Amino acid sequence: MTVPNDTSTPQTPNPKPQTPFVCPIPKQQYENIVLAHGAGGRLMHNLIDQVFAKGFGNPLLETDHDSAVLEHNGVRLCFTTDSYVVNPIFFPGGDIGTLAVCGTVNDLAMSGARPLYLSAGFILEEGLPITTLQRIVQSMQATAKEVGVAVVTGDTKVVERGKADGLFINTAGIGICEKDLKIAPRQVREGDVLLLNGDIGRHGMAIMALREGLRFETTIRSDVAPLWGMVEALLDAGIEIHCLRDLTRGGLASALNEIAKTAGVRIAIDERSIPVRDDVNGACEMLGLDPLQVANEGRLVAFVKSEDADRALEIMRGHPLGEQAARIGQVTAGASPLVTMNTVFGAARIVDMLSGDPLPRIC
Amino acid sequence: MRFMNEYRDGAYAERYRKAIAKVQTKPWTLMEVCGGQTHAILKYGIDQLLPPGITLVHGPGCPVCVTAVELIDKAIEIAARPGVTLCSFGDMVRVPGSRNDLQAAKAAGGDVRIVYSPLDALRLAQENPKKRVVFFGVGFETTAPANATAIIQAKQRNINNFSMLVAHVRVPPAMEAILSSPNNVVQGFLAPGHVCAVMGCAEYEDIARKYKVPMAVTGFEPLDILQGIHICITQLEQGRTDVAIQYARGVLREGNIAAQRLMQEVFTVIPRKWRGIGEIPESGLALSERYAEFDAERLFGLVDYSVEESTECISGLVLQGNKKPVECPAFGTRCTPETPLGATMVSSEGACAAYYRYRNIS
Repeated sequence: MTVPNDTSTPQTPNPKPQTPFVCPIPKQQYENIVLAHGAGGRLMHNLIDQVFAKGFGNPLLETDHDSAVLEHNGVRLCFTTDSYVVNPIFFPGGDIGTLAVCGTVNDLAMSGARPLYLSAGFILEEGLPITTLQRIVQSMQATAKEVGVAVVTGDTKVVERGKADGLFINTAGIGICEKDLKIAPRQVREGDVLLLNGDIGRHGMAIMALREGLRFETTIRSDVAPLWGMVEALLDAGIEIHCLRDLTRGGLASALNEIAKTAGVRIAIDERSIPVRDDVNGACEMLGLDPLQVANEGRLVAFVKSEDADRALEIMRGHPLGEQAARIGQVTAGASPLVTMNTVFGAARIVDMLSGDPLPRIC
Repeated sequence: MRFMNEYRDGAYAERYRKAIAKVQTKPWTLMEVCGGQTHAILKYGIDQLLPPGITLVHGPGCPVCVTAVELIDKAIEIAARPGVTLCSFGDMVRVPGSRNDLQAAKAAGGDVRIVYSPLDALRLAQENPKKRVVFFGVGFETTAPANATAIIQAKQRNINNFSMLVAHVRVPPAMEAILSSPNNVVQGFLAPGHVCAVMGCAEYEDIARKYKVPMAVTGFEPLDILQGIHICITQLEQGRTDVAIQYARGVLREGNIAAQRLMQEVFTVIPRKWRGIGEIPESGLALSERYAEFDAERLFGLVDYSVEESTECISGLVLQGNKKPVECPAFGTRCTPETPLGATMVSSEGACAAYYRYRNIS
């Protein structure tokens, strides 16, 4: 992950201000982890960059992708991991088990890899009803079966009451890239067309509606779903896909900013073309959130070669998870990486990455 | 979505743009008072649609931005006390006090919760009788009636473990402070729609008469704002200084009498320090003596705590319409939403954050 341009000088002391405007407020440097470090926004990216990338740095990690593609003896294996700490663990449209399978499978699919095997690590809180655990395992198995993956290894730990919210799950996944196509942020080219497979913001708002203290009547269901089937259809049709990204924490806005930064490109999207359900939009309005920054768990953006865009859109629309698929923008020329959006009024504005986050844990 | 999409129609926006251009003959500077209006202007690019002679400057109506540093310090201090749950609106947890913010106070072990209503905090108090639940009561006249209701209900139901750290501010004294400043550039106001929905227009009519400035009580959707600008520019061109109500679907000229009564019952007018601006007479609300038992500052012994703020901070100039955020040398470099130097960069309604989020095209 990359750091935005604003962090290049933060530690530099400025003993001689150039102007008479002296701000009395000290700079914010968090000495401890705050919740916003996990929100998928800029704080998290700074943390990844300053701690993890610095500590573990290697060429595979530096591809800034959802999963790592490992080449060995001509075989391209794909490897990824993700942890799930969603609260509440059951929500309209799914539960932590569905998420734990879909999230990891989707991270493999975003490299164009057919998901094969998963591991599952459970951190269980003392007092968790075993029937609850059984329900979660059943929904994991049902989702795994749907995608055609098997959970082949696992781990169980139990922690004292109060040390976990019921349960946390980690899954890791292995897949195989069967096509000779490199799908990664750095493959994005000027002129690529952006395709989105459906309406955005549902998962985040479904969770939001259940959050503690918020009495909010809604029927919004999470969009959580495994995306491999649709990716497979695109690959089988020979679509020249340059990059895929599932829209999780931080939403469409963070995903596009990450890719713009990694690929060193500008991305222009059109507000009118991005589907958002009325109930999601209304809930976002009430809570002061931007649907572009709200989490999804069954949505992806595909960067495809412009000549293939119409055909790819048709294939996506023919898939149950892509009925509302839309062409939302294009990669453009520009000096510095940036995501802009043409508003419904015809003006242009920046689409920024999520900054802090007032939301509870959502995945 | 009904009652929302209608106010975001690009074709109507174009009609208003033409109407404004037709009526305008001279350069004019308008101030939108509310942070919510500033946000909509930048989000939809309304300033880009206006004729070059019309300048919008951004007003002090972001309650998170103007909350004094010492009140944030007090909230952090209260959150650090054992057995306390401090409830706050979301934006407030990221605003730096003199050393820290509530988010860091939470990471250090304080029980800080984000709520959407003071009544949620009251319910927490009722459900957790062994906890002392404190609500950080931030906001203009818009949030004051709901906070007053929470206090009244706490008294009626004898919920003694609930209290409020009151940081309420009033809009009209701030507008008068801007207009009476020798540096004032504002010739007309988009007055705050939601504040006027509660308070009505009488206070604004007094200001319009006294300072000879026209106003349009304006809503928060892009077409509301364009219509408000049209009303203001028309008045300026005709030499009128009325208070017109653009936001007629929300505002009655007399306001919401029941809400005003709740506020009068619970609060009393006091001088209040505004972040970046300084103390403005009669610009704050505090709990009246009758409800002193719910005053967190008294309960936690923090009445006398204060910290000095530099009056040179540019956020004060931004909030009074004298500077645009991009005129600050730290904007977008040393000062960003993750590393804010001032509160106007923190709150989503803050002018600097709105510019950073929507206009930082370098």
